[in-house]
Amino acid sequence: MIHLDDTDKKILNTIQYDFPLDVRPFKRLGEEMGISEEEIIRRLERLHDEGAVRKIGPVINRNRVGGTSTLVAVNVPEHMIEEVAGYIDEYSEVSHNYLRPDKYNIWFTLSASSEERIKEILEELTRKTGLEFMNLPTVRLFKIGVRFNIK
Amino acid sequence: MRIIGENYRARNMDATDEMILKATQDGISLQGSPFRDIAERLGLTEDEVVERIRLMKEKGIIRRFGASIGHRDIGILANAMCIWNVPEERVEDVGRIMASFPEVTHCYERPRRSGWEYNLFTMVHSYTRSDCEEVAARISQSTGIEDYRLLFSEREFKKTGVRL
Repeated sequence: MIHLDDTDKKILNTIQYDFPLDVRPFKRLGEEMGISEEEIIRRLERLHDEGAVRKIGPVINRNRVGGTSTLVAVNVPEHMIEEVAGYIDEYSEVSHNYLRPDKYNIWFTLSASSEERIKEILEELTRKTGLEFMNLPTVRLFKIGVRFNIK
Repeated sequence: MRIIGENYRARNMDATDEMILKATQDGISLQGSPFRDIAERLGLTEDEVVERIRLMKEKGIIRRFGASIGHRDIGILANAMCIWNVPEERVEDVGRIMASFPEVTHCYERPRRSGWEYNLFTMVHSYTRSDCEEVAARISQSTGIEDYRLLFSEREFKKTGVRL
């Protein structure tokens, strides 16, 4: 596990939602936090290399760029888990894929250009695996706002 | 969840915006002027690139521009999908209450299916499983919804976020 000091934590809590949109964003960030641009960059390089920061970039809203997304569940027998997870991961439209042991044990999100494309992917997966995929598109969105409070 | 007609076009982006998203979606570089290369490639100024990103944020094309956290790597190991069986007439009300919990990062209504009665989905991330259980218990108490389960993720096969 990565060691984080108070400055690292402050940086991480700030740059999730309040990353400065500026031509010199790290300089601005440093000014806001009272440290130099060089130190911000040095710390971010370490945080990135060690996995605390996956990337700094846009979180794209699928519904606004002409597409649609859904959550899919499938009940996969134990011995097929690796194989089925592999088939699912092959699609660039799959944004998240998790093993969650329960009645349905593999859960993944699909984000695609159209509902037809989603249907096509699920039909292909059924052909490859012989399994039935439960498609649960969003009916209503109440909240989306991943923000980790790093303590 | 699809936006159609005039409303969609007004909020849509142009080809330059799309190129900016493609150039930044895997992360900007960690150097003093991270937008310089992108600007040069697209024949824009750095200010124009930044302004377009700001506008895409304002228009809702991007939800935010910032860091994606490797939450497991920093010890936020528990990630529970809480699923709730909520009576139809209470969904609006209960969905809003659930969304108001800071620990809840996502809250969606999804359709019921045969043999599947859970229609509200909330994601909770925390340091431990018992933290997640405690949050779910508080949500249950404040909404009165007692039929719920927590599905903990045991493995992450893939996590890339939405890509163009």
